[in-house]
Amino acid sequence: MNLPVIIKFVIDLLAVLLLALGIKGLSKVKSARDANRLAAFAMLLSVVGLISYYLGTSGIAIQSWIWIIIGSIIGSLFGAILAKKVPMTSMPETVALFNGCGGMSSLLVALGVAIFPISGGQENIDFFKSLINEVSISVSIFVGAITFTGSIVAMAKLQGWLSTPGWTQSKVRHFVNIVFAVASLIAFFDLINGNTSSIWLLVIVSSLLGIGVTLPIGGADMPVVISLLNSYSGIAAAAAGFVVDSQLLIVAGAMVGAAGLILTQVMCKGMNRSLVSVLFGGSLSAQSTASSGSGEYTNITSCSVEECALTLEAANKVIIVPGYGLAVAQAQHTLREVTKKLEQSGIEVVYAIHPVAGRMPGHMNVLLAEADVPYEQLKEMDVVNPDFPATDVVLVLGANDVVNPQAKNDSSSPLYGMPVLDVQEARTVFVIKRGMSAGYSGIKNDLFDLPNTSMVFGDAKKVLNDLIGELKDLGVGEK
Amino acid sequence: MSFISLLWVLLLGSLLGLELIGKVPPTLHTPLMSGANAISGITMLAALTLIVKAEGNVPLLIIGSVSLGFALFNVVGGFFVTDRMLAMFSRKPSNKK
Repeated sequence: MNLPVIIKFVIDLLAVLLLALGIKGLSKVKSARDANRLAAFAMLLSVVGLISYYLGTSGIAIQSWIWIIIGSIIGSLFGAILAKKVPMTSMPETVALFNGCGGMSSLLVALGVAIFPISGGQENIDFFKSLINEVSISVSIFVGAITFTGSIVAMAKLQGWLSTPGWTQSKVRHFVNIVFAVASLIAFFDLINGNTSSIWLLVIVSSLLGIGVTLPIGGADMPVVISLLNSYSGIAAAAAGFVVDSQLLIVAGAMVGAAGLILTQVMCKGMNRSLVSVLFGGSLSAQSTASSGSGEYTNITSCSVEECALTLEAANKVIIVPGYGLAVAQAQHTLREVTKKLEQSGIEVVYAIHPVAGRMPGHMNVLLAEADVPYEQLKEMDVVNPDFPATDVVLVLGANDVVNPQAKNDSSSPLYGMPVLDVQEARTVFVIKRGMSAGYSGIKNDLFDLPNTSMVFGDAKKVLNDLIGELKDLGVGEK
Repeated sequence: MSFISLLWVLLLGSLLGLELIGKVPPTLHTPLMSGANAISGITMLAALTLIVKAEGNVPLLIIGSVSLGFALFNVVGGFFVTDRMLAMFSRKPSNKK
């Protein structure tokens, strides 16, 4: 072993250690931010390690430097700009986009190696000589392509650019996807047999498979899909590691792949969905239109902002249930104003956070943190549920499915079994909502029909602003 | 590295990943996903290798460069966005009355 090899070995080992510590630290609130930086540093370290290794052994041609710099600058620049500009509300689709690009990168590496077998070099990278290389190239292309197209479809659906086409809800989709899967298997074996041109077939059918699998999945399940695709991109990276013979890539890829899988599992549990039903069950709303005939509301009570303010003034304990609608209306800051007023007049205010509030687990926490809501006021579902009977007023803001009592009472409901917030136990429930449209799952919410529920119709931000005015008139929070 | 030892690396790496995430508070699901996602951009090393070994093969250089761009987009964007999210959590203690 010569010196550059030893140095690279040490750096790689250090990078793996730091990456592992980074992932570990990211799972605790206190250490999360430092851990993220640590992981970023580890990545930088790994690049330095690789570059110094090549400088010390084969050297890097000027031409290579030029292309390295071009690629790095463009990629980093766009990444940084997007990361700075994107609003917190569209975080899930942003993660999906980043993720897709990671998959694309693995795909391109494998493709490059496959089309232009590299000659010479210091290491013994003689591609297409061994079965292993062909297999790892195929896996890298297959997983990379699925990650890319799947993530892009997921992003487009979350952005609302793409709806769920009708045919994808019928059984036809299984047939179509099976055809794609079989075709990629054929391309895979053809490739191993030495038919290089079938690589394009593999690229095309695995891309189509990524689209075909993601397209039928309903919006409510998208976070799970993104998490799963995230896991895939780790697998794609590990496969690329086999292609270029890099242990670091394999370890890091495998770590992300496994961690992503666990995270997916955790998310599924939070939504009471199995991974299988998310992947193959189609969208929830499609099932519900078939299963539950009780689509009409019979007993809606609507009330004015004024009444809402009066009830709030008389309350001792208020629980806020924020949902994605709040985030869409960008009303989290206005909400904070309202709760400040209530707190100032001695009313206890707590935020009830459903595990999947927003579009992604933890998404709502991020949004409320952005509005300076103290961490202690955010209560998780299991903690807050026993408190509802002793609560005077619940304000439901842009949340819907997570407060649907159907999930507990109606075994025929597609939501049945999903953990929900028991808001109906409270004395009074105000639902601030634009109209009577169904929630993300497309399912009717029985809560709205209950006698202790009143609807306040209007845009969340506007209603909250009016509420501030009314509370001011009542003298709340001005002692 | 022989293929067998690479398989060992794969196995141990996976076990490490499974072990690292035991109990995660739901608060951190989104940042964790986004951070892990940034790490999966480690394929940038593969792209770098490709470019260095291209030896003047221009199409390969271009593929490598594009691949590097995609990977870095993933890495840089991913870490920045995670940091942005986490910055909001760390601001909290100062808000206590």
